[in-house]
Amino acid sequence: MWQFFHKLGSPKWFFGIANRFMPWLLAGGLILLAAGLVWGLAFAPKDYLQGNSYRIIFIHVPSAFLAQSIYIMMASAAVVTLVWRMKLADVFVKSVAPVGLMFTFLALFTGAVWGKPTWGTWWVWDARLTSMLILLFLYGGAIALDRSINDEKSAARAVAVLVLVGVVNIPIIKYSVDWWNTLHQPATFKLTEKPSMAMEMWVPLLLSVLGLYLLFGWLACLRMKTEILVRERRTRWVKELVLAGRK
Amino acid sequence: MHPIRKKRLTIVIFLVAGLAVAVGLTTYALRQNINLFYDPTEIAAGNAPVDVRIRAGGMVEEGSVVRDTESLAVRFRVTNFTDSVPVEYVGILPDLFAEGQGVVAMGRLNNDGLFVADQVLAKHDENYMPPEVADALEKSSKGQHKSPYADKAAESQAY
Repeated sequence: MWQFFHKLGSPKWFFGIANRFMPWLLAGGLILLAAGLVWGLAFAPKDYLQGNSYRIIFIHVPSAFLAQSIYIMMASAAVVTLVWRMKLADVFVKSVAPVGLMFTFLALFTGAVWGKPTWGTWWVWDARLTSMLILLFLYGGAIALDRSINDEKSAARAVAVLVLVGVVNIPIIKYSVDWWNTLHQPATFKLTEKPSMAMEMWVPLLLSVLGLYLLFGWLACLRMKTEILVRERRTRWVKELVLAGRK
Repeated sequence: MHPIRKKRLTIVIFLVAGLAVAVGLTTYALRQNINLFYDPTEIAAGNAPVDVRIRAGGMVEEGSVVRDTESLAVRFRVTNFTDSVPVEYVGILPDLFAEGQGVVAMGRLNNDGLFVADQVLAKHDENYMPPEVADALEKSSKGQHKSPYADKAAESQAY
């Protein structure tokens, strides 16, 4: 088990694995996301209360899911950075932070667009919306901190500490709607219990969530590969790879 | 595991656990400020400050909505099914505003216990279903709680 763990830390080994998985992640992600979105936006029944405007849920919920999951993954990688000093963990945190920022922004934006017609306001300072905004700032802070320190290793450690500190925000986001009075309704999409929406709405939502996870996997591999090439540009295997590609 | 890594792991675990406790205690202490709105029971019990901008949230009581025929003024009662608070509002209500729906009103509580709102937001629940299912659900529960308000609803439609 430890051998596998240490292998995982080798950028060269990761490069090979990523190349093998990426086409599958991309194809699977595109198919699932397209199926979920077409089904959800065009064919799923409309809601009895909100009519068609609830359909933005098929974009809003997957984005919000990814925004939080990516942060949890980054925090796990941050532990690996701090404890095992593994290069690949640094690369992961650095590569996926902008992706997480984008999904958080997308969740906030679609939420605002949805909130205007249903609630009557773009924004309200309730616990769910505010904690999500804090998540956006945490992503932004991690990116900024990484850019502001020149030395790769100290940057990675500083970012890892920041990401770990921010992880307490994740349970706050998740349970904010249960712990406090909020304008935001409690979770609809639940994996552990019976979902509070009709099956013909829940299945396309599940497809879009899964599709977006796979697409994130593809994007993470792509960005990590780029970052690895930059960091390992002086090593023999990268030079060989580039020369082989040139022929 | 290597002793240095073990030590680092311990530090990391303590860091996260300590932070979680600190944040947990802080949010627990501030829970009243984090709550977006007061519920009707708190207002009825006098826990909400008078003449301070606050929010009141709950369900719009069935049959309580009275619209002014001359202006945009509307009066309704916000209830949590144990207590209710009268609300007055002048303005355009969100699309989802209806009797039996959740609302969060922002405004001031006056000395007579009337909540004068300057903003009314609709709150909806986490349940989504096709209209046919909603109709079927309503039909099956009609005998229990819908009928007492049916005549009142007809009355409000009259004017």
